Amino acid sequence: MSDAAPALARDVRQLIIEQSYRAHVGHIGSALSVADILAALFAGILRGEPGDGERDRFILSKGHAALGLYAALQATGRLTHDELASFCGEGTPLGVHPEHVLDGVDFSTGSLGHGLSIGAGAALAARMQGSARRTYVLLSDAECNEGSVWEAAMFAAHHRLGNLRAVVDANGQQALGNTRDVIDLEPLGERFGAFGWSVLEVDGHDTHALSEALTTASDDGSPSVIVARTTFGRGVSYMESQLQWHYWPMDEKQYAQALADLAVGAGA
Amino acid sequence: MRAEFAQELTELAERDPRIVLLTGDLGFTVWEDFAERHPGRFFNVGVAEQNMLGLATGLAEAGYVPFAYSIATFASMRPYEFLRNGAVLHRLPVRLVGVGAGFDYGPNGVTHYALEDVGLMRLQPDLSILTPADPAQCMAAVRSTGDIDGPLYFRLGRASEPVIGLGGRFSLGHLDLIGEGSDVALIALGTMAGEAVAAADELAVDGIDATVAVVSNLSPAPVADIQALVERVSLTVTVEGHYVVGGIGSLVAEVMAETGGQGRLVRAGVREMPRGETGSSGFLNARHAIDAASLTQVVRKTLVRTEG
Repeated sequence: MSDAAPALARDVRQLIIEQSYRAHVGHIGSALSVADILAALFAGILRGEPGDGERDRFILSKGHAALGLYAALQATGRLTHDELASFCGEGTPLGVHPEHVLDGVDFSTGSLGHGLSIGAGAALAARMQGSARRTYVLLSDAECNEGSVWEAAMFAAHHRLGNLRAVVDANGQQALGNTRDVIDLEPLGERFGAFGWSVLEVDGHDTHALSEALTTASDDGSPSVIVARTTFGRGVSYMESQLQWHYWPMDEKQYAQALADLAVGAGA
Repeated sequence: MRAEFAQELTELAERDPRIVLLTGDLGFTVWEDFAERHPGRFFNVGVAEQNMLGLATGLAEAGYVPFAYSIATFASMRPYEFLRNGAVLHRLPVRLVGVGAGFDYGPNGVTHYALEDVGLMRLQPDLSILTPADPAQCMAAVRSTGDIDGPLYFRLGRASEPVIGLGGRFSLGHLDLIGEGSDVALIALGTMAGEAVAAADELAVDGIDATVAVVSNLSPAPVADIQALVERVSLTVTVEGHYVVGGIGSLVAEVMAETGGQGRLVRAGVREMPRGETGSSGFLNARHAIDAASLTQVVRKTLVRTEG
């Protein structure tokens, strides 16, 4: 089911680089980090279209990767090119963090630690309504510093919300340094396991492995989390694992290099 | 008031299948009936107010009307940003319910005194605030707000005495007036109405005629009613179990300033963090000069000064 995912991931990365350069904004590394996860989700995992109450819900809890989400929405025909081209312009709903007024954005995010509890509520609602829809929440690893993530984790496990699937973008970096130096999260999978979640660890740049993990339900009805091991800035050589690309926009030379790197990656 | 709120909500849930009740592990002897009659729609989410508001947002987006219940301080402050970025931002029908208005929790101490919840809620656009004065008005407020599409905040008192002269009246966007006195207006926030009525009775003995105005709902604020009321008296006194900043004292000052009101305004409210001194709510209301005796005194003094 995920044949389209690698190509979608390439499109997403290309759009991230083009739009962040055009808009002269940062958060590029975070968006590239989740490009393959978004591609797996949007290439066949998420069911239903915007506006359909029975659609699966998707919450980008790490809202600062919104450009990746916009790119996925445009590459799958849910957002027009002109809309995407308004990213970070004046009066546009397409800011650095996503707003639910956009078709395809189920919930506004941007403040870390909020998404998993909304997702638990969405999953609980689906169960109460007897609906087969699922709820997917994409978190950052550093977001798990927030206590509210664990409040939601406890609730979801206690109520065995097997229709809730979380993905943690474990790129090992946060705003001021490496997660292991700031607040060590490891062993992250075991921590979720201890909270009663079913845990899968995958290469977060392997869309096939991600798709498989995203379609694997737990045996016992527990909610599941995929700890997706990723590289910050993945796909652009000089951005990979480099903290400054949480902040900086590209200059002309860097933009050319990024496009060249993506072209090489696409050919590989 | 909690018991009547629970009773009304339990009945309402009979007719409205969208209603879901979340509690942050509070409500002993309050929610048993709801839980028994609507077991699939009752969730004790544990001591986790942020998650409670996140859950409410996810539930409301899917078509439910979640009521999220806790003590007013915990309900209003711990998950404040979840309320802002959740129910308010997404315009969802979440009902946040905080119990304990002002010093209601008496000897429990300062962590339990809701003194800024109304101010915090007033800051949020399109969030309706319900501050019923007594049990009958509380039930009317629950009944009257069932179909509001946006978020609500209910501030419930713990006392159960009826406010004399109110008769369970409740009207959205309006003040509820008790009496027609033209000397002074006593504008009371919710559960302080009883103190205001007692003060009005005492003032009547001196020949001072007061109108008591009960503020049972804000946002939309009863601006026209406030303006009309303050224009026909020479002195307006606001009273609230709340800091003077941000509550109805602020609201009335805003209305008077913006509409060119000429009358005198005195704001009775809490002016300092009540640290290191607990007691009954009656003791604390007196201590912070928001009880009937203090109101009577401030009206007498102010009128004498104004007239002299």
